[in-house]
Formats: sequence, structure tokens, C-alpha cells
Amino acid sequence: MNFAVLQFPASNCDQDALHAVVNVLGHQGRFVWHKEDSLDGFDAVIIPGGFSYGDYLRTGAIARFSPIMQAVQKFAADGKPVLGICNGFQILCEAGLLPGALVRNRSLQFRCEHIFLKSVEKNSPFTGQIPSDKILRIPIAHGEGCYFADDSTLAQLKSNGQVLWQYVNAQGEPTEQSNPNGSLSNIAGICNAARNVAGLMPHPERACEPILGSADGRLIFESLLHWMESKTKN
Amino acid sequence: MKAKIIVTPKKAVVDPQGKTVQGALEHLGFKGIGAVHVGKYLEIELPDGDAEGWRKKIDEACHKLLSNPVIEEYQFTIE
Repeated sequence: MNFAVLQFPASNCDQDALHAVVNVLGHQGRFVWHKEDSLDGFDAVIIPGGFSYGDYLRTGAIARFSPIMQAVQKFAADGKPVLGICNGFQILCEAGLLPGALVRNRSLQFRCEHIFLKSVEKNSPFTGQIPSDKILRIPIAHGEGCYFADDSTLAQLKSNGQVLWQYVNAQGEPTEQSNPNGSLSNIAGICNAARNVAGLMPHPERACEPILGSADGRLIFESLLHWMESKTKN
Repeated sequence: MKAKIIVTPKKAVVDPQGKTVQGALEHLGFKGIGAVHVGKYLEIELPDGDAEGWRKKIDEACHKLLSNPVIEEYQFTIE
């Protein structure tokens, strides 16, 4: 599979994301600069973390006007998978590809630590290979990761099974204490109604090898690869 | 002519910055104050004339870029 890893000015998890899919998982990929305007030949897009455009105005607000984001809109509309990680999640929300928004952490602190994550919905390209009882240990690193959506959007997300990941404690319970940023319903990641665009605040690309302290993040990429491969076969 | 724009968080969105500033003010002895809301102030310089036309354009700019309608409200004047 061929991955596009987008690069905006001040993306800083681009190297890690490409390393995870190419060196760790053995697939193809390359960086795609934000001024490019085509995603032809790619099977999946990763929008990595960072502080695109210095987080000016709001996180992700300026990045969505980059030429490459027009191509991402088309890529997503064609049903192809797009994964936004951290700042990538913020960009997807600002671009209207995912509902809701990410606001300042409830604590006002930048939180940089490992958290526990539960995959609460198996029916998606990003979670299909994650065992339902598996608690993922994955790092977060953000100041604006508090997920917000109005009541009707939140109800819709839940009834459609669009909430993919929640912050939980080591026992897998979504408690207030295990919520690092004040996100509504402990939401760490969601997908769109068509299920091919997902975003999450935690960094699975930083947890793909045991030497990094956890390889749990691999399950998210492996789910995506499995989904893409089964689609190619059909 | 200038557009003066104020963007504030919606009431439904928790505003930890506002709460923290409120706490700090109370700590300083400013007793009896209510909730504090922290927002943004933007000024955009405009050519003189056609205030009504600019009002429409600034409204569109606020809606599309300067605020995020999911979490923020805006108000502006053209002076």
C-alpha cells in the first residue's frame, strides 16, 4: 500500500508517521508537501501531528486552506481512507471532514504522557483488527485536545457508532480521571458518517515498536492495512 | 475604515481560560465578579466607503475563517 504523509509548515510528527508505515510496517509512502495538489497513486493519507501554521487563529484553521486539502476532500469523497493524528485531527475538524472541534484542554496544561485507549467500535477501517477487550497504551502530546460537539452532533456520533476511541483507565473504564483533556464522553477519536475519515488525538505512530515503550499503535495501522487489502481483493 | 471583530467561546463550551482568569482576579481581591470569558479581538483595515458591502464580506469572513461556528460566536462593527 502507498501512503501519503502530508507536510505543512510546522508539522512535526511527519517523520514518525512515515517511519511507522514504511520502516516498521514495510509499506510504501512519501511526504506530500502542502502546496502539492494531487494525491493520485496513493491508497491512504495520513495527516500528521504538529503545529501547522503555528496554530495561528485556531489549531488547524489555516492548514485547511492549503492546496493539498482540496485533494484530500476529493480523496475522502472517493471513499479512500484518511487518518488525522493530533494536529491532523484538528485540521480534519476545521476542514469539515469530521464533525465537532478540539478546544483547549480543561486543565489548560499541555499534556504529554502515555494514556490508555479503548477502541469502542470495531466497524471501521481503523479499528477492525483491534481485539474488543484490548486496552491500548499510546502517548498523547497536546494542549488543545478537548473534543467538543453540540448535543445533537454528539448524539448522532454515538448512535452511528462514529466514536472509535475513548480515554479509559487501566481497567478499560471511561472515568473522569482517565480523561486527560476534558473531552466530552472521553472521546479520543471519531470517524465520519461514511467511516473512511478518522481522527484521534493520541499518537499511534509513536507506539509501533517495543523499543518505544509500546507497540499498541500498530493495531490501528494494521487495521487500516487489513481493510485496504481486503478491499483490493474484492 | 476598520472592521473591529470580537470572537468569544460559545456559552456551551467550557472556557477553562476564563475560569482561571476569574480565579486569579478573585485572588487579587476583585470580589464579586462574575464569569470571565476570554476571546479574540481582530482589526481589519478597509478602504473607506461601501460599509454595507464590507459588512456582508466581513460576516462571511467571520463565518468561514475568523471564527469556528462549532465553538465560537462573533460580533463586529465597521467604523
